[in-house]
Amino acid sequence: MTDTRYTKDHEYVRVEGDVAVVGISDHAQEALGDVVFVELPDLGAKFAKGDSAAVVESVKAASDVFAPLSGEVVEVNKDVDAQPGLINEDAMGRGWIFKIKIANAGELASLLSEPDYAAFLKTLA
Amino acid sequence: MSDSATLHTPLHALHVELGARMGPFAGYDMPIQFAGILAEHLHARSRAGLFDVSHMGQAELVGPDHATVAAALERLCPADFVGLAPGRQRYSQLLNAEGGIIDDLMVSRPPGADGKLNLVVNASRKAVDFALLESNLPSSVRLIRLDRLALVALQGPAAVAVLERLEPTSGLAAMGFMSARPVSFGRIAAFVSRSGYTGEDGFEISLPEDEAEAFARRLLADPDVAPIGLGARDSLRLEAGLCLYGHELDETIDPIEAGLGWSIQKRRRLEGGFPGAARIQAAIAEGPARQRVGLRPEGRAPARDGAEILDASGAEIGRVTSGGFGPSVGGPIAMGYVARSAAAPGTPVSLMVRGKPLAARVSPLPFHPHAYHRG
Repeated sequence: MTDTRYTKDHEYVRVEGDVAVVGISDHAQEALGDVVFVELPDLGAKFAKGDSAAVVESVKAASDVFAPLSGEVVEVNKDVDAQPGLINEDAMGRGWIFKIKIANAGELASLLSEPDYAAFLKTLA
Repeated sequence: MSDSATLHTPLHALHVELGARMGPFAGYDMPIQFAGILAEHLHARSRAGLFDVSHMGQAELVGPDHATVAAALERLCPADFVGLAPGRQRYSQLLNAEGGIIDDLMVSRPPGADGKLNLVVNASRKAVDFALLESNLPSSVRLIRLDRLALVALQGPAAVAVLERLEPTSGLAAMGFMSARPVSFGRIAAFVSRSGYTGEDGFEISLPEDEAEAFARRLLADPDVAPIGLGARDSLRLEAGLCLYGHELDETIDPIEAGLGWSIQKRRRLEGGFPGAARIQAAIAEGPARQRVGLRPEGRAPARDGAEILDASGAEIGRVTSGGFGPSVGGPIAMGYVARSAAAPGTPVSLMVRGKPLAARVSPLPFHPHAYHRG
């Protein structure tokens, strides 16, 4: 069973067992525009929830990707390193950025559910 | 977001209708992007891009004869305007007493009118510029602001063919680079220059504000034309190595440091007679202490405005003034100022990005070859 959750900074987390797949939401890629570079975290890097873990650069600007959960980076997406535009094409799928081994599953409760994130986006417009 | 203090150009409603992402620039609500910055940038390089630059300041200087008007402007700018031929355009700078750049501007001498110069200045500086001009002109020369005119740019290799299709008798194809003259598009009386801010062949077209939307729609109906926002305008000018006021140019930077010595003609270099002439003549003779350069990061991470530039020993030698991704270059590019000793192309430097040094080299400008009309 998969469960996708979101932060108010527009990261998403897709839980796969004890690992969380992290990327930026479709709304975030749309707002950023053409992504031209992704600075991936190092494998094995440990982050606390809210740390800057990666950077996504569009033609115009650089945006931090914050760790939505505490944990250790166990995989990074080499495909977005080679083809940053994958984040625009398929942010929620092939455009994932890194995977983190969840240190504290209790933190998941602080993230927004899909309907709550959709409602949050409406407050931004 | 609507804000009563935000200004709109005559094409604002059209931008919104076309689905532009709008954002604030120099007090105006302007289109940042339409289809996307990468696609728009590449379109302007390969076909023709339509830019709304109506936010820029347009004005004319009017006086008894060309010599009087040109001499009045020469007291504020280092270019030779007395020697500017009818129908020709020059790029110059308004200077402060220290030779620092108050703004950069385009000046054209309309053919067939003795005693008139047309000016186009930056949106963010027009209030400063026009006040400066008004308080420094002799009584026989007047500044007339042309606030009721729109300004559009059509840039790219197809620009000339598009305009010829629109107005076959206009003779636009015969215009030389940096020439300017009145052109009629049907009943619309426009003033056109063959110049721009992309490094491509193209035209800037000044026309009455109430004609602008219909005119833009006619251009957009041509399959070669797409609307371009300020995002791609910035990436295009950066690849072309062109300065942006507030980034490469400000009141502390003189034209020689900025690499704009080519815009100071020989007579002015010799005679001086413009603000800051002593500093500028010394910089011409001895070389400036710092110089605007191109920078190519060796990886794929862009360095942005404000990044420190370090030499091989780790000492700071300057700052990045503009940086990003060059869509036609296919990689990160930047401009900045460095000490003259580090300004030679190929010099290895580091750019500090997020606390880490990024290897880069000083690069010749432009990053993407200019494709101006040579005829």
